[in-house]
Amino acid sequence: MRALVAMSGGVDSSVAAALMIDAGYDVVGVTLKQWVGAGGAMPTAGCCTVSDAEDARRVAAQLDVPYYVLDYVEEFTEAVVEPFGAAYLAGFTPNPCIECNRKVRFSALLERTAELDADVLVTGHHARVMHDADGWHLLRATDDTKDQSYVLHMLGQDELSRIRLPIGEMTKVEVRQRAADLGLRTAGKPDSQDICFVGSGDYRDFLSDNFPETALPGPVVDTSGSIIGEHAGVTGFTIGQRRGLGIAVGEARYVVDIEPLERRVVVGSYEDLLVDGCTVIDVTFTSDAPPTFSEVTVKVGYRATAVPAVLAPSGDRWEVSFVDRHPAPAPGQSAVFYDGDRVLGGGIIDGVVRS
Amino acid sequence: MLYLDHAASTPLRPEVRDVMAPFVGARFGNPSGVHATAQQAKNAIEAAREQIAASIGATSPLEIVFTGGGTEADNLAVFGAAWPVRGGIVTTAVEHAAVLESARFAERLGVTVSILPVDRRGCVTPEEVAAHVDERTAVVSVMMANNETGVLQPVAETAHAVRAVSDGTRVHTDAVQAFASLPVVVYDGGPDLISVSAHKIGGPQGVGFLFVRDGIELEPVIHGGGQELGRRSGTHNVAAIVGLGAAVEATVAERAGYRTRVAAARDRFEHDLRSRINVESTAGEAERLVSHSHLRFPGIAAETLLVRLDLAGVAAAAGAACHSGAIDSSHVLTAMGIEPAAAAESVRFSFGRDDDESTGAIAAATVAGVVEELL
Repeated sequence: MRALVAMSGGVDSSVAAALMIDAGYDVVGVTLKQWVGAGGAMPTAGCCTVSDAEDARRVAAQLDVPYYVLDYVEEFTEAVVEPFGAAYLAGFTPNPCIECNRKVRFSALLERTAELDADVLVTGHHARVMHDADGWHLLRATDDTKDQSYVLHMLGQDELSRIRLPIGEMTKVEVRQRAADLGLRTAGKPDSQDICFVGSGDYRDFLSDNFPETALPGPVVDTSGSIIGEHAGVTGFTIGQRRGLGIAVGEARYVVDIEPLERRVVVGSYEDLLVDGCTVIDVTFTSDAPPTFSEVTVKVGYRATAVPAVLAPSGDRWEVSFVDRHPAPAPGQSAVFYDGDRVLGGGIIDGVVRS
Repeated sequence: MLYLDHAASTPLRPEVRDVMAPFVGARFGNPSGVHATAQQAKNAIEAAREQIAASIGATSPLEIVFTGGGTEADNLAVFGAAWPVRGGIVTTAVEHAAVLESARFAERLGVTVSILPVDRRGCVTPEEVAAHVDERTAVVSVMMANNETGVLQPVAETAHAVRAVSDGTRVHTDAVQAFASLPVVVYDGGPDLISVSAHKIGGPQGVGFLFVRDGIELEPVIHGGGQELGRRSGTHNVAAIVGLGAAVEATVAERAGYRTRVAAARDRFEHDLRSRINVESTAGEAERLVSHSHLRFPGIAAETLLVRLDLAGVAAAAGAACHSGAIDSSHVLTAMGIEPAAAAESVRFSFGRDDDESTGAIAAATVAGVVEELL
């Protein structure tokens, strides 16, 4: 059995490769070249840099497995980077890691897995894939503080059957300990936090450099429509944002709405921010769709807490009704539905529901 | 393992390793010195210079300038010939990056540069080159054979045509790929500047030479202590230079046999492949080196094929390997008018001195087997 391990040059995928060797697989390591800086070279700062690829190469050499860099620049640019700018322009707050997983890692690379004569695709994500009589399941990581099941919600039965996430049972501390025991150079490497193509800079700089129309100023208004300030571009704002609004008022103010066409940012009180639900498009499920009015928990952002909600289909959307009113999620972020530890599926939030 | 990437680098000849050994040991001297240890090293590099001069028919050993490889030889030839007279550079779109980037560097400093298009086979005509030359042209650079496709350029005819237009224009040829199989000989009216690299002919990596016809002034590209008559500063890599001399001599001595054997390997490879799978010759019917086979496998990504071949123990190449190890698109195939999608399905196989017809048969069987699995 052969395993294709997507090695980013971080500690998680390094250990994932080692665990697959222990499990008896012939491991082949690959790094995806996804983004190039000026002149066509891999970036030197941020995530997915030349030095990350070199770390991956050296770890593969130490584990004595073949290693290749595969070029996904075209797919990544088209499927992730261009929509990233377009989403901001439409007033959305996109999650590019999810689009990368959906369109590059777990589609293009998964296709390549079979072409490279590998049986499974392995990544260093903190989540678990399990199989039982009902089929394949995607579960939260054992280490809840590192859980990445949110960004994997788009995986269906076919994908899950061909994916292995070997570090999902381990805590981050255990992963680092394992890497140190194996003498891997990535054992103490810090976790990457950045969006890989943005590099070490601010995503707003990336947007204004690559999508200059995102950097047009506009008014900041209150919920009654009165102008109370000015902003330098709607992309600097996310619904629910509290800091950096550039206005001085007594009580706490939050971004409660973004109107991209008018380039207006609406701010209000915490009470104004609370909504009863949201609508979700492009919904997929890991298995069969749950029955209407299923009681689930839902996460509306990578760092959001899962909260109880009720799911119901509504045309080509699904409507999520929060059991308790909830701060408005940012359109463009994913809503991911859980049944306990199990990921049911998810989609992209395209609106909020206020009753 | 089946190593079919000799155009990238070919193994060190055992006899070359033997003559190099003392110079990575006891004979460690710096040739630029007075004492006996230095003189021992000096004598070794001068012996290598004579060996090379004799092998290519140079008039004087001083026409051989040792460099840190083929790229450096190309830099010294192209920039070095253009800069002293601030004259123009005329070259082709399929040259090695060492030539093209040297020309572009000179262009940024104000030198006029013409990069000529090629036909579908990857060739220029002598007339086309001459048409872009005038008295202000300092140097014309046309490679003997392309590193990716192996396609030959009409270098002798080009030199002749250029001289008919402009006597003072220097003619450079990059003979890095061609040296293993084709005669590279200095003659009146031939190229004035010839680049050769050691590791393509069984010598060590990181060393090469530039033939510089007597009387030609070059601007150095490496500045320093004035070694190599000021044309290439830096302490000599004595062991590598000794190895280069031995590799050149052995290559020239064995060339005829090499050509026969390697052609048999390559031809059998292509014949057997064609009988089993659908492949297209990238260079069509162009005249090419016996060592190179550049093929398109319609419907199969070169990147996938290279990985599958490597996992099956076959080393081949595609495009230009970039720093990360990913494959960059090839400027050569682009210049030949090959669509990016077709270029991304093209792979180079290159044979070496120990290969023969049986290698070609085994290689074809292995490659066809992998390709059939991918179809």
